Amino acid sequence: MATLGQSLKGVMDWVDARLPVTETYEKHMTKYWAPKNFNIWYVFGVLATVVLVNQLLTGIWLTMSYVPTGEGAFASVEYIMRDVEYGWMLRYMHSTGASAFFVVVYLHMFRGLMYGSYQKPRELIWVLGMLIYLALMAEGFFGYLLPWGNMSYWGAQVIVSLAGAIPVVGDDLMTWVRGDFNMSGITLNRFFALHVVLVPLALIVLVFLHILALHEVGSNNPDGVDIKKHTDEMGKPLDGIQFHPFYTIGHDLPAIILFLFVFCAVMFFYPDGGGYFIEHPNYEPADPLKTPELIAPVWYYTPYYSMLRAATFPLFGMTAKFWGLVVMAGAIAILFVVPWLDRSPVRSMRYKGLPSKIFLALLVISFCILGYLGTVHPTAGRTVLAQICTAIYFSYFLLMPWYTAVEKTKPVPERVTP
Amino acid sequence: MKRALLATLLLISLPLAGFAASSGYPLDHIEPDIHNKASLQSGLQTYMNYCMGCHSLQYQRYKRTADDLGIPEDLMLEHIVFDPEGQIGELMTNTLSAEHAKAFFGAAPPDLTLHSNLKGGPDWIYTYLRTFYLDDSRPLGVNNLVFENVGMPHVLAGLQGTQVRPECMQLPQKASNGGVMRDPLTDEAMTTETCGQEIVDAGYYPLELVEDSGSLTPEAYDQVIYDLANFMYYVGEPARIDRTRIGVYVLLFLAFFYVFAWLLGREYQKEFHKT
Amino acid sequence: MSDGINKGRRNFLIGATTTVGSAGVVGVAVPFLGSWNPSAKALAAGAPIKIDISKLQPGEMLGPIPAWRDRPIFVILRTESMLTELTKNVSQLADPESAEPQQPVYAQNDTRSIKPELLVLVGLCTHLGCSPKPRPTVEPTDFDPNWRGGFYCPCHGSKFDLAGRVYAGVPAPTNLEVPPYRYESDSVIVIGEDEGTA
Repeated sequence: MATLGQSLKGVMDWVDARLPVTETYEKHMTKYWAPKNFNIWYVFGVLATVVLVNQLLTGIWLTMSYVPTGEGAFASVEYIMRDVEYGWMLRYMHSTGASAFFVVVYLHMFRGLMYGSYQKPRELIWVLGMLIYLALMAEGFFGYLLPWGNMSYWGAQVIVSLAGAIPVVGDDLMTWVRGDFNMSGITLNRFFALHVVLVPLALIVLVFLHILALHEVGSNNPDGVDIKKHTDEMGKPLDGIQFHPFYTIGHDLPAIILFLFVFCAVMFFYPDGGGYFIEHPNYEPADPLKTPELIAPVWYYTPYYSMLRAATFPLFGMTAKFWGLVVMAGAIAILFVVPWLDRSPVRSMRYKGLPSKIFLALLVISFCILGYLGTVHPTAGRTVLAQICTAIYFSYFLLMPWYTAVEKTKPVPERVTP
Repeated sequence: MKRALLATLLLISLPLAGFAASSGYPLDHIEPDIHNKASLQSGLQTYMNYCMGCHSLQYQRYKRTADDLGIPEDLMLEHIVFDPEGQIGELMTNTLSAEHAKAFFGAAPPDLTLHSNLKGGPDWIYTYLRTFYLDDSRPLGVNNLVFENVGMPHVLAGLQGTQVRPECMQLPQKASNGGVMRDPLTDEAMTTETCGQEIVDAGYYPLELVEDSGSLTPEAYDQVIYDLANFMYYVGEPARIDRTRIGVYVLLFLAFFYVFAWLLGREYQKEFHKT
Repeated sequence: MSDGINKGRRNFLIGATTTVGSAGVVGVAVPFLGSWNPSAKALAAGAPIKIDISKLQPGEMLGPIPAWRDRPIFVILRTESMLTELTKNVSQLADPESAEPQQPVYAQNDTRSIKPELLVLVGLCTHLGCSPKPRPTVEPTDFDPNWRGGFYCPCHGSKFDLAGRVYAGVPAPTNLEVPPYRYESDSVIVIGEDEGTA
């Protein structure tokens, strides 16, 4: 007489002989040895996955009621907010999720910079992560046009017109991206396809590869110590513990619930974020003849927007607009090559010298100031500040090969510290 | 090092906490109350009688308004829905075409369903509807402190009466410590002639109401406009009522769940801290 | 040696957390599932309609044909002779007692109506949804030499009597549907609401 347990095992054996389910589960969950000294900074990866699932589910549900045409889009959003049962909740889950995604991802990236998670052998994880960041920014850009509000229209107008700064091909490129001589319902329809199908697919593939690459080499940790250096006779790292259940339930579950609490507090009580998550001009339909008083992109792009506006003079025969585009693109591109800029013999900020700590702090401060500046009108003084902060931002990267090589580091322990 | 980082982030976040309000006439502040059904009903009536002719509420349905405001459907159809063939489930549209509107007023009167959200809250609407004044230089004879050179007539003039904007006013003089200077002999406030924008900058109301030119007292009119602005705040997001109510339950549930998640988490943490 | 794990406590916490978590999952499912319900727009379009029957002559069907929830509604004011014809062909009907749930309770009678003279039907053949043609006159026809008046569906030849009851031996399996309706007054009926609904 087979017991339930034996029957289940029989089923699993049948499946495993045809698809490596148990083997994969063990490799990535119960026998994935994660360093035992993870701290709060290690929770943002799993939170990003939670937000991704939220965006996918709520996004799919929104497309069931949303109309992707110039004539119908704005009204269809109000239809969702008023006529569809719980439509308002799906909409706010999606809009709050978009901002939450960037909060979580910025903190996740900061962890990587702080603990040297990009250093060998994890360069590819970092590069894949940067591709995810790029895809996420594209996703947000395409998505923000969809409500077809006045800020949606004008924000997209400004960003697409950046392509116009490229010499020779600029104007044709703009028309090609728009599919029309001006932002129109044609542009909206294609951005809809990109936002709902293409970029999400790319994101899912990239996230999958990102995690796969991570599991191939194993996780870093706050001390930057390689736990695989000290293993027991079975090959298990002495400083490693099972990812499941010790991190999944021990660490991540409470963190996820806490995150959901903050998320829901914002979503239910402050969904427009005071005009930062849903910008006020977006409460009227797109109007090509009426520019909003202040065109600001959504908060998570504002640091780069500041850098773009900080380029105010032409150089070498190229317009200031062109240089702004170069600076902005460069600010994102330079993140890709951090693994090769860092010449430090140690991974983690805990053991790096004072220069590294100062530069990282300066990076964060300048990034935040640039972010604030991107939300307000540029004045002469603010432009100078933006230029200074842009220089500081770039100095973190451009000087890294020097300061990481010459600074005095602390000795790294052999085993992780509790 | 982490604490310094956190402190820096908090300091940076302070300027972000207030979205830059556009400069202009300082708005009067009201606290809307979407649970005050009497106020909302009054606002709805005012809107239907004075505003709907030109400004539609095209994203909102009569039934939703009736249900949220506690108005029985037959009363709604009788008193609020002006179209005799109108159904309770219809959208609150009007019959003013955009071309006619543009011909009459120069610009089509916009739909106002989302206007309270567009202006960042009901303060703008509340102040706007109370600051019309006579101005011969304007085609419709009125101007407005909040919306300069507006193309809208003062539809509510019958209720409020007419306001005029004197070029200069005799206003109390302020001493350097901020107090009002008084004549030491008569103890009356000493006034000085203040003109133009300085009146507003000094914190005084630059308009004067012509006595008994309206059917309501200033206090009664302010109440009518409060109710109307309150209604506009409601109609901008009818889901706000449900949203805040459900939010409380969700947060309570998550707090409750967190207790279990935390205890269970600690169970496993205890184990791996030993290994 | 005890490894320090209190199995009982751990199992209790796993069970409790799973239970509370499941409640949370159900809660999260509510907006997703609920959003599939008919929206206010669908409810408005599907709202009851009022029909003025004061001008309807005996023996006539109301035209133009009104629609309720995108279905055509046949409203016929039957004459006395039409009502007597109803009793004469009961043996040829598949469901003369209206046992199948094709009508509200108040239309489950010999005339399939609230008041005997006024017939209200959904004008869609119960076979595959074509529109049956009203043939009220008692006269021989090319589809039935002993036609006692009713409806004939041209698509596949189904026949219904003047109460919408289906003949035996035709493709249509059930009687024509009677929608919910009520009298608001002697001259106005409301399609889509039952008697007793205010």
